Amino acid sequence: MTENNRFVYTPDPWSGLQKFTDARIGLGRCGSSLPLKQRLEFKLAQARARDAVHQPANLEEIAVQLNKRAYSSLQLGSSVRDREEYLRRPDKGRCLSGESQKILEVQKKGYDLSIVICDGLSAPAIHQSASGVAGGLLDLFRKTPLTVAPTSLVKNGRVAIGDEIGSALGAQMTVVLIGERPGLSSPNSLGAYLTYGPKPGTTDEARNCVSNIRPGGMAVEEAVRKISYLIEKALQQRQTGIELKDTMAEDYLPMAGLLDS
Amino acid sequence: MSVIGAYATMGLRELLAKASPPRSGDTLAGLAAASEEERVRAQMALADVPLSRFLNECVVPYEQDEITRLIIDGHDKKAFAAIAGFSVGEFRDWLLTDEVTTATLTELACGITPEMAAAVSKLMGIQDLILVASKCSVTTSFRNTIGLPGTLSVRLQPNHPTDDLRGIAASTLDGLCYGCGDAVIGINPATDNVENISRLLQMLDDLIERYRIPTQSCVLTHVTTTMEAMKKGAPVDLCFQSIAGTEKANASFGVNLGLLQEAHEATLALGRGTLGNNVMYFETGQGSALSANGHSGVDQQTLEARAYAVARKFKPLLVNTVVGFIGPEYLYNGKQIIRAGLEDHFCGKLLGVPMGVDVCYTNHAEADQDDMDVLLTLLGNAGCNFIMGVPGADDIMLNYQSTSFHDAAYIRKLLGLTPAPEFQTWLESMSIHDNQGRLLPVSSKNRLLDIKGEVSR
Repeated sequence: MTENNRFVYTPDPWSGLQKFTDARIGLGRCGSSLPLKQRLEFKLAQARARDAVHQPANLEEIAVQLNKRAYSSLQLGSSVRDREEYLRRPDKGRCLSGESQKILEVQKKGYDLSIVICDGLSAPAIHQSASGVAGGLLDLFRKTPLTVAPTSLVKNGRVAIGDEIGSALGAQMTVVLIGERPGLSSPNSLGAYLTYGPKPGTTDEARNCVSNIRPGGMAVEEAVRKISYLIEKALQQRQTGIELKDTMAEDYLPMAGLLDS
Repeated sequence: MSVIGAYATMGLRELLAKASPPRSGDTLAGLAAASEEERVRAQMALADVPLSRFLNECVVPYEQDEITRLIIDGHDKKAFAAIAGFSVGEFRDWLLTDEVTTATLTELACGITPEMAAAVSKLMGIQDLILVASKCSVTTSFRNTIGLPGTLSVRLQPNHPTDDLRGIAASTLDGLCYGCGDAVIGINPATDNVENISRLLQMLDDLIERYRIPTQSCVLTHVTTTMEAMKKGAPVDLCFQSIAGTEKANASFGVNLGLLQEAHEATLALGRGTLGNNVMYFETGQGSALSANGHSGVDQQTLEARAYAVARKFKPLLVNTVVGFIGPEYLYNGKQIIRAGLEDHFCGKLLGVPMGVDVCYTNHAEADQDDMDVLLTLLGNAGCNFIMGVPGADDIMLNYQSTSFHDAAYIRKLLGLTPAPEFQTWLESMSIHDNQGRLLPVSSKNRLLDIKGEVSR
């Protein structure tokens, strides 16, 4: 703070609480308005979030990471032409391209689970968390009798594209991991959407969601535990959505009920 | 057939869509006018439509949609009599005259259908939307009084990405010290389980009790989860739900009128309001029906107005249009968001709904803080009941930008607006506001800062 600022700046005596949250608290004020330093920091964060939306996700790299753990994957794309059309036309982002449909047609059918990774609105979320969550889930499933489809990696996809994929693969349920809309403090948030009995036309009340998976939000390990809990319960109840309430016990052991003895 | 003839035989649903000011969601749905000229021609034709036609021609069929039935069966013919002879255009001109006062509009509200409100809004400019809305007054109460002339309330929104109680308390303290939180202290939870919801409700209730804050709390989760929390004894002040303007869209949200009725009755039965019994909090937003595949060929602004008919039935404390949250596929840029926010506020107020606006945008829309400053300033002038207060305008849980505590202080200062009177009295007693509603420097010995000690412990 410069000498001049001392006279125009009213500090907030609770600014020490900033260590408990990333929220922009204790910013102080000039009159009742936001001081310039904080205003420019905000603008910088927004500029970065805007850039995150337009950065392409490197899905080839995700395939390499999954392959290292001996998991196979498929490179697919929605019917969107480019990034601008992706933003304006969610309907096209929910449908596979003709080429991708053909790739799925020749796949084996009939699985318990299908994992789908979509770039969505944040490439950084995919780069930081997607293979960790997918790999963690696949490691768990490997210990159970559950059958799992190759992981679908989708460019310019929306959540509902998982319905077309799950249906084409004959999967009992899908888990879509997708880059969420970037926030200023979290341009890297991954969301997981679970759908039992996926088919085109499924609406959002039939899904369960785990959001804010990122460093500083929900950790990858916790996300894997939560998602596997929801999967286990969904397979038991034969449904997802508002009828499937999250009542996970603190000591829940993932897939304990399904582990091979 | 002549051009004029084509519009004369056009159904109301199509005419409303073509007359709607441009927005990306109507283009996405394939409903928008194909050219600027077609849009204005449709507006000219809409101006000549008698209001009475709206009672005989439903944009979503009566047999197929419970909201249409609610609108038609609940229409107050006596109130409508005052405008029964008008066309939509005449209605617009009449609303702008000095003959139409706050009392006129209050009496009229139940005689107006959402489609009439949407239609007249499509013929209005920004200044018309502001001027007429500013004549409307919708007042509600629970532990304080919201919507009185000369007041502007704020929902304090202390969201945290992991629902961390310390983080939430820190943001709540920040907001209270900036005079915010009179509309509600309302958390969007990151995790939707009943235990977590109950934990958050308990924390807010303790805070409100301890400092005797004349306000109400809410955790914004699905009505069924809130009802489950109530059954387990959680302290529920307000029951929240997102709603839309068609039965199909509401089904995609997992609600219908019967379920909302049940939730309303269950919340009323708790009897926690001290000044009034407005216990529901609804959120809406243009484009939600299309997003849920439930638009039935109706433009998004008309459907938004229909959602207010749902809200109106349950006498809510707060109705909030989250105008820019849904993204650029529905409202592409700042210009579209600004107009939509003012339309929603106008239609809600005309229908007698206690309207607030989440002045907001996402990072994938073509909008920025300057656009929000414009919309906030216009809404302040339009008499908006409440806005959001988010620390530094950055919601770290929902990942979008809304209005900040500083923004709320700005608009109150600029227009001489104060919080809800009971809350203003409390702020004075806590030495946060002076008796003119201006922010005081908060002393490090202020009793409210005890929260700080508890957070740090």
